[in-house]
Amino acid sequence: MRHTIQVTVNGQTHRVEVEPRLLLVELIRDVLGLTGTHVGCDTSQCGACTVHVNGEAVKSCTMFAVQADGCEITTVEGLATDEQLHPLQEGFWQEHGLQCGFCTPGIIMAAADLLKRNPDPSEEEIRRALEGNFCRCTGYHNIVRAIRYAAARMRGEAVVPRGEAAPTGAS
Amino acid sequence: MIPQTFEYKKAQTIDEALALLREHGDEAKVLAGGHSLIPLMKLRLSTPELLIDIGGIQELSEIREQDGRIELGALVTHRTIEFSELLKQKCPVLPEAAAQIGDPQVRNKGTIGGSLAHADPAADYPAVVLALDAEIEATGPDGRRTIPVRDFFQGLFTTALRPGELLTRVRVPVMPPRSGAAYLKFPNPASRYAVVGVAAFVKLAPDDTCAEVRIGITGAAAAAFRATEAEKRLVGKTIDDRTLTAALEDMVDPDDLLSDLAATAEYRAHLCHVLTRRALRQAFERAHG
Ligand SMILES: Cc1cc2nc3c(=O)[nH]c(=O)nc-3n(C[C@H](O)[C@H](O)[C@H](O)COP(=O)(O)OP(=O)(O)OC[C@H]3O[C@@H](n4cnc5c(N)ncnc54)[C@H](O)[C@@H]3O)c2cc1C
Ligand code: FES
Ligand code: FES
Repeated sequence: MRHTIQVTVNGQTHRVEVEPRLLLVELIRDVLGLTGTHVGCDTSQCGACTVHVNGEAVKSCTMFAVQADGCEITTVEGLATDEQLHPLQEGFWQEHGLQCGFCTPGIIMAAADLLKRNPDPSEEEIRRALEGNFCRCTGYHNIVRAIRYAAARMRGEAVVPRGEAAPTGAS
Repeated sequence: MIPQTFEYKKAQTIDEALALLREHGDEAKVLAGGHSLIPLMKLRLSTPELLIDIGGIQELSEIREQDGRIELGALVTHRTIEFSELLKQKCPVLPEAAAQIGDPQVRNKGTIGGSLAHADPAADYPAVVLALDAEIEATGPDGRRTIPVRDFFQGLFTTALRPGELLTRVRVPVMPPRSGAAYLKFPNPASRYAVVGVAAFVKLAPDDTCAEVRIGITGAAAAAFRATEAEKRLVGKTIDDRTLTAALEDMVDPDDLLSDLAATAEYRAHLCHVLTRRALRQAFERAHG
């Protein structure tokens, strides 16, 4: 039996009919056409499918769409406002936090959850918060920098992107 | 990976969930956080015809203190436990263990009731609730009953819950004065589940020897268990290298333990020994405050 559910995705409310076995990530990508959320492993490991459900990061490949009935969902597409990149998106850009970019939406959503709880995380805390996200390209180094950049921006601090820092040692 | 088709019903109350379980029997499965069940359904290792979603039952999402105990509803998530101020003050070993489960996304969805009912041999909470001598409340067609946790884990994915019963609450003691507990885990490097995890509880007597000791072990065998022989040998002793060496010798028999790709039974026995030693030391230090 199909169920009619109502979900609010990035501020927009949708009523859709779904089969119970439809995964939340399939609803987001295939039904609503928001393909920023990726499917990496489909086995709850890699975190590429991470979205926020009622403000908390979850792996949308490990939740049925029917379970999200009545929920507020945010995907990576919902972060930017009025053409203004979210500080995390800006951080990934400025600090070169991605290579192929496949993991990036999931990592940004996991990081957004972290920064809500902890506005000034240490490198160690960032790495722990990313235990559920795999990146097969970057080695995580610049991802950590990107998240620290975003955290500083969100705390209202001025940040100088690495590439634009004054050369050291110049007289 | 696409699960087999199933029907879905959302229960708003415990009674509704019990009525659905009664009506549908074996064909139905309860869905809590879904973080053990959904992966199994996607692999078609589990093919229920009906899912009864209990995720919206409000009264099972609460943590409260009552009569020297802390009562956790079955639906309290690992994340809520990890950050609970009440638990950090009154039973800090539970948040300590919760923070070691999987990853943040898993902790946002997974529930303590789901973890205990599922009884994965490598799950973390079983060791902790054994060391705390917790109680499980089950609710079935005939009402509620309390199951002492030492009788709860019966084998691989097997518990004392009866068909048609829900695990509704878990009760852990508020840590008494001059007591301490610790949970240590050797995680599987890929899955983060426990290859072996050990929780230790120590309560001191006025002369600083151990008045009570409990050791809960997960990951090592088909079901989590108490290392009761070692516990007995430690009562009346202080915890130092010599007593630990004597008490923990042969504390587990490798013949009773699991062997798999992650670790042989002999290696698991070794981990039991090392982690128990460290966990007891930490618990003992914490008991001294
Ligand atoms: C990537 C990943 C990593 C993980 N790592 C760890 C780890 O390191 N340590 C660890 O301990 N766990 C780990 N888990 C498992 C996780 O903790 C699960 O959340 C937990 O095992 C099950 O809880 P749930 O609420 O998700 O239950 P569900 O998946 O909804 O249910 C599990 C089973 O229990 C039954 N059930 C659920 N609730 C009840 C109830 N109240 N009464 C009766 N039956 C019930 C269901 O019918 C089902 O059979 C991991 C999971 C994933 C996906
Ligand atoms: S696709 Fe969901 S965790 Fe990998
Ligand atoms: S940038 Fe390629 S997987 Fe992370």
